[in-house]
Amino acid sequence: MSREQPLLVVENLVAGYEPGLPIVNGASIHVEAGEIVAVLGPNGAGKSTLIKAIAGLAPISGGAVTFDGRDVTRLPAHRMIRAGLAFTPQTENVFASLSVDDNLQLAAGALAKALRAGRVAATYAAFPDLARQRRLPAGRLSGGQRQMLAIARALLVAPKALMLDEPSAGLSPKLVEMVFARLADIARSGVGILLVEQNTRAALALADRAYVLVQGRRRHEGPARALANDPMIAALYLGGVEIEGAPR
Amino acid sequence: MTQVLVDGLMSGVLIGLGAIGVTLTYSILGFANFAHGEFISFGAYATLMIASGISALVVGSDQGIGALSISPAVIAASLLAMALTAGLALALDWILFSRLRGKSAAISVVMASFGASMAIRAALEFAFTSRPTYFSRDLEIARPIGLGLKATPDQIALITVAAALLIGVHLLLTRTQIGRAMRAVSENQALARAAGVDVDATIRAVWALGGALASAAGVMLGLLVQIRPFMGFDLLLPLFAAAILGGIGSVPGAFAGALIIGFGEAITVELAGAEWRAAVAFLILIAVLIIRPTGLAGRPT
Amino acid sequence: MTFDLVGPIAYASFFLVIALVNALVCLGLNLQWGQSGLFNVGVAGFVAIGAYASALLTTPPSDSHLGGFALPIAFGWLAAMACAGLASAVIGALTLRLRADYLAITTFGVAVVVQLVALNAQKLTGGAFGVAFIPRPFDSLGATPALYNLANLGLIAVVVGVVYLALERLVRSPWGRVLRAIREDERAAMALGKSPARYRVEAFALGGALMGLAGAIAAHFIGFIAPENYTSSLTFQVWTMLIVGGSGNNLGAIIGAGLVWALWTVSGLAIAGLVPASFEARAAALRIVAIGVLLATMIIFRPRGLIGEKATVSRHLD
Repeated sequence: MSREQPLLVVENLVAGYEPGLPIVNGASIHVEAGEIVAVLGPNGAGKSTLIKAIAGLAPISGGAVTFDGRDVTRLPAHRMIRAGLAFTPQTENVFASLSVDDNLQLAAGALAKALRAGRVAATYAAFPDLARQRRLPAGRLSGGQRQMLAIARALLVAPKALMLDEPSAGLSPKLVEMVFARLADIARSGVGILLVEQNTRAALALADRAYVLVQGRRRHEGPARALANDPMIAALYLGGVEIEGAPR
Repeated sequence: MTQVLVDGLMSGVLIGLGAIGVTLTYSILGFANFAHGEFISFGAYATLMIASGISALVVGSDQGIGALSISPAVIAASLLAMALTAGLALALDWILFSRLRGKSAAISVVMASFGASMAIRAALEFAFTSRPTYFSRDLEIARPIGLGLKATPDQIALITVAAALLIGVHLLLTRTQIGRAMRAVSENQALARAAGVDVDATIRAVWALGGALASAAGVMLGLLVQIRPFMGFDLLLPLFAAAILGGIGSVPGAFAGALIIGFGEAITVELAGAEWRAAVAFLILIAVLIIRPTGLAGRPT
Repeated sequence: MTFDLVGPIAYASFFLVIALVNALVCLGLNLQWGQSGLFNVGVAGFVAIGAYASALLTTPPSDSHLGGFALPIAFGWLAAMACAGLASAVIGALTLRLRADYLAITTFGVAVVVQLVALNAQKLTGGAFGVAFIPRPFDSLGATPALYNLANLGLIAVVVGVVYLALERLVRSPWGRVLRAIREDERAAMALGKSPARYRVEAFALGGALMGLAGAIAAHFIGFIAPENYTSSLTFQVWTMLIVGGSGNNLGAIIGAGLVWALWTVSGLAIAGLVPASFEARAAALRIVAIGVLLATMIIFRPRGLIGEKATVSRHLD
């Protein structure tokens, strides 16, 4: 489906926790519906702050964020999900002391009452492993399952776009494969995905497009395959990643 | 010695009602609210005032029901007082604590709560003087209730009410959206926001709940012992000790901690005399901090 | 003519003595809070420890309480510092490795328990009757209040002056700089190889020792102490003094003490003079309401106090 404007547009965003000390220095990115976009870059480049700022969890001092045609720059974080933009933070992305079911029921609270039961059931259908462990406190799930719960929680409200902060963190390569395969499925269903990643190899294998962020600004962008095969970029910023005929 | 069981239970339940509010505000807002004791005192005095108003208007409403010393006026008044105390808690947050959130050092809020607690306590003293007063002059006789235990009708009634309240709180926290939101915000505020929870509204709900429960504790304490301006303040140490013993943020933990302290106090009173009561909470606190600072339900902060 | 001046002189010097004693407690609190960021909610307890330690060691034998060692006053004062300092060190070592406000709660507990012991351990502390006949400095002048007060004022002013100068030296010393660095950014300080816990315990102990000293000085000046002197009201007053004067600043601590004590005294006089006796207790309560509101207001609008802290660590690098 084509749109006049991409689903998520970030223009010249300036953001940081200390006033006058921005971490994100005028970054511009966009994400279309159904595409997977990765944000890469060295440590401290501001990737995490960028995605948090879009989600409303880091203070924005300049620039604009437009989602689904609507200016959401100043929208409070908890309204984002109602606007259709979901966010999964990096570590601590589930409520460990709440049960799996509680985690999902809580997310359902963002929906109209009539829709809740249906969406929870649909989520359990899509994540049968979670359904089996619904009474378990989320803190007792394995790393991979926790990541799945985090994603399930974000998807429960059927968002138009999903943002993830380092979804591969702390996961074994096999689990990363599983999680990323899931993300590919989600994108295929029309949801736009933005992910910040430290694991550049896997991210470029998954994504359609990627940006490289350096010192809070966009330095490079392009189709994932092109970036992956560009040795200069790989050597400079991506820790020398080589991708042989990246499968997709 | 078996009387210790009854006294300990009453004490524990009372401390528990207050400790629940303390542990929730402590874990969500990250500070020890020294004004929480005043919610207890305020609740008792508010009930007293409203009850006398009611009994002036409705003849006979100040007579104890059956064998209880508790009158319909007091019952109605205590419900109203719970709402008023919830309002006091909300007002205090709005006027004072919310202005200090995020901006200044966390410890400033504690200091402010200390100042607020002195102001409220002194205001109560100003309005009611420091003379102890009572809900009713009826003397209660302890009657055997089985297992060699004795309890007054008041004690039995209040334990039942407290149990109902605690079950209600448990259901609220585990079965309702707002309850889930409270637990979520208590664990991880940023994640709660990302999940769509209105954190500010949830914080207000926590204050209201804490205030209402503290008010109930105040009425209970007023009925069982007496009403005086320092009644809540004197409970502060047991409240904090119970919350820390149970593990900050854990409501079941706070209640368990409260029971332990309640029984500890009752045993101490039996063995060493009533005046040493307050030392128990302190000793338990020190023990917890040495052995296991995260408490029973220990969630690392 | 001279007779008319004696009364006011006696009163003014009495006022100043108490103001200076409060200032000393405030200086101790400033070291704990202003310099090290440690929140002591049980100030009254540490003051009491010092007062009782000194009292019990220096009083003549008595049936009503432990003691009767009849040791010299100076010894009592030193013992007060040692006892209060030791108690602070123990409490500090226990709680400073934990969350910041666990210290607040624990010190609060200390104050409660100290008052409890003072009130109930009758054989030890004299219970509610307290300890009397505490030896007073310049006791020979006792017959003339003005001279007695003035002499003690001189003594106490010297003590406070010495403490103030010592603290100012300490603040500018390497030790003081590390302490403030720890307060501002713990991790950076740790990266420099400084153990935050050790510095904090030291600061806390020293501050506590000063509080104990103040308690002892007041005890010997008045000659009599009782548990009711050491309630949360005292803790609250001292905190207000520090907040009003400016935390982090030793001069601010002294000025804040003077100011708040003046407010307290003036309002006390106003109450006694203007308010009918039956209403006095209630008016006194109103005074506390006012101070409580003052404290909360200062925290919100002028957290740095009237004087505030002079710049940051770097200023003292000259």
